[in-house]
Amino acid sequence: MNTPLVSLVEAGKTYGQLDVLSSMTMSLNEGEVLGLFGHNGAGKTTMMKLILGVISPSKGRVTVMGMAPDSKEAWHCRSKVGYLPENVSFYEQLTGLEVLTYFTKLKGFSNGQAKKQAIDLLEQVGITYAMKRQVKTYSKGMRQRLGLAQAFIGEPKLLLLDEPTVGLDPIATRDFYKTVDQLKSNGSSVILCSHVLPGVEQHIDRAMILSSGKLLAMGTLSELRAQAALPVVIKPISFKKGGLNDAVAQDAKLKHFVSGSCQNTLMVPEQEKLAVLKQLLSLEELDDVHVESANLEQVYQHFLEKHELDFQQKIQEGQGS
Amino acid sequence: MKQILTVANKEFYDGLRNRWLVSITLIFALLSVGLTYFGAAASGAVGVTSLSTTVASLASLAVFLIPLIALLLSYDSFVGEQESGTLLLLLTYPLSKSQLLLGKFIGQGGIIALATLLGFGASALLLYFQLGNTDIFRAFGLFIISAILLGLSFTAISYIISLSVSEKSKAAGFALITWFLFALAFDLALLALLVGVEGGVTQQGLTQLMMLNPTDIFRLVNLSGLDSSDVNGALGVAINASLSQFQLFSALVAWVVLPLSIAIFIFKKKKL
Repeated sequence: MNTPLVSLVEAGKTYGQLDVLSSMTMSLNEGEVLGLFGHNGAGKTTMMKLILGVISPSKGRVTVMGMAPDSKEAWHCRSKVGYLPENVSFYEQLTGLEVLTYFTKLKGFSNGQAKKQAIDLLEQVGITYAMKRQVKTYSKGMRQRLGLAQAFIGEPKLLLLDEPTVGLDPIATRDFYKTVDQLKSNGSSVILCSHVLPGVEQHIDRAMILSSGKLLAMGTLSELRAQAALPVVIKPISFKKGGLNDAVAQDAKLKHFVSGSCQNTLMVPEQEKLAVLKQLLSLEELDDVHVESANLEQVYQHFLEKHELDFQQKIQEGQGS
Repeated sequence: MKQILTVANKEFYDGLRNRWLVSITLIFALLSVGLTYFGAAASGAVGVTSLSTTVASLASLAVFLIPLIALLLSYDSFVGEQESGTLLLLLTYPLSKSQLLLGKFIGQGGIIALATLLGFGASALLLYFQLGNTDIFRAFGLFIISAILLGLSFTAISYIISLSVSEKSKAAGFALITWFLFALAFDLALLALLVGVEGGVTQQGLTQLMMLNPTDIFRLVNLSGLDSSDVNGALGVAINASLSQFQLFSALVAWVVLPLSIAIFIFKKKKL
């Protein structure tokens, strides 16, 4: 049984009276990509800081590579951890190459190796053409790429990326996810922190949804979908006049699923999907069919709304008593 | 150790790149050469005057300039990096807080030290060519070493400021106040105490009070060897109860080590 690379046991962080993160339990295995979602102030960054060992947990335990990340023994592990902060503006007066060389040296590369490594990384993120220019002349996207190159120094075993795709154009975003997939296949673990959801789904193994310091849900995307019990949206399409509406409305099996708001759309629970599809396919009028499972964004919305409702209920109960 | 040197190297090159080294060196060189030549202009003569006059006037100018320059150079060392987010990033690297702080101190201290050496060294050489007196090197040696220590002391003090505030502009404000308190207000207060309260402080007590201010220790180091006719104010009194040069230098070194330790302590406590 391999031990997880990162594990949090009941870990929490309080600043004064404020519970920034309340007893969080999670683990991350080698070669796993975890998506960490939540809006601003949900505790994403605090959790990252705990894992990085920049702050110590107020309660509970954090273990990274078998050690507490804020301890002295964990020191040498730090060169195997890459981090991209959310808002970072590098030394403006230095050139991109100088910035990266500095950070490479601090990661423990010798002076000779550092520059070569830095050039390689800049090539990987595609800004070699600007490496002799001062960072202050860089665009937002170029700065983000520089930050990513910085996080990739020394082939990290654990990568923590806070909003990695902000400011990246679609091609750079694709390149970025390619790098993530590559790191993953090399056995690195990645924690992706984001509130931008589209496009991230196929690159993460598991997702964690946080809100105001609490864990709302965690699991693979299909587990979360099942938990949320969000319906599959099925749109049968007919090119014939009159369409399918009547056929569907008259079908005993299908008519329950017709969406109230939209006539030619069926909202079907996951477990009934195949049965409904089979039924639909038997209809003669059918020309095409769209099947859409709930995407990450909808799952995320669902959990947030549920949390909100629970919260309001609690308040009302509090007022009632 | 390698980490400290990496940081020091970066800070030193920042100092070169931002023209800090060149400007400080130029200021010191122009000032000291000017004072050396024209120090006696008030008495109607132009040319090299006596060594003690030169050192006395250099010291009384350096005592204002060096703390100001040191504070200007380093007030944003930490708060600046905190604002841009690189401080947090650096701390996720295999680099301890004390390594980062010492690295910065060596780098920025190196800029101040080198500028002081080059700037004031220039006028020492000039004086030597004019007078041919090897005493010059002794007097200037003491002056330059104490000036470097004074600069380092204020570099360390500015780290305390930089680590205690959360905004760059606040750090600048505090740096200015610190400079004002140490370079101006402290002496005025001492003088007021001396004049206003008759028999309030003994000579001994006054000298001890002066140990609370690195700029006064610097003055004592440089003026105690000179004719007291060149010295006025509260200092003149203190000099008579003089401490040995060794004690004075130890006090200056303490004024470097102590703020530096406090800065490290604050850094370790600092929330990020």
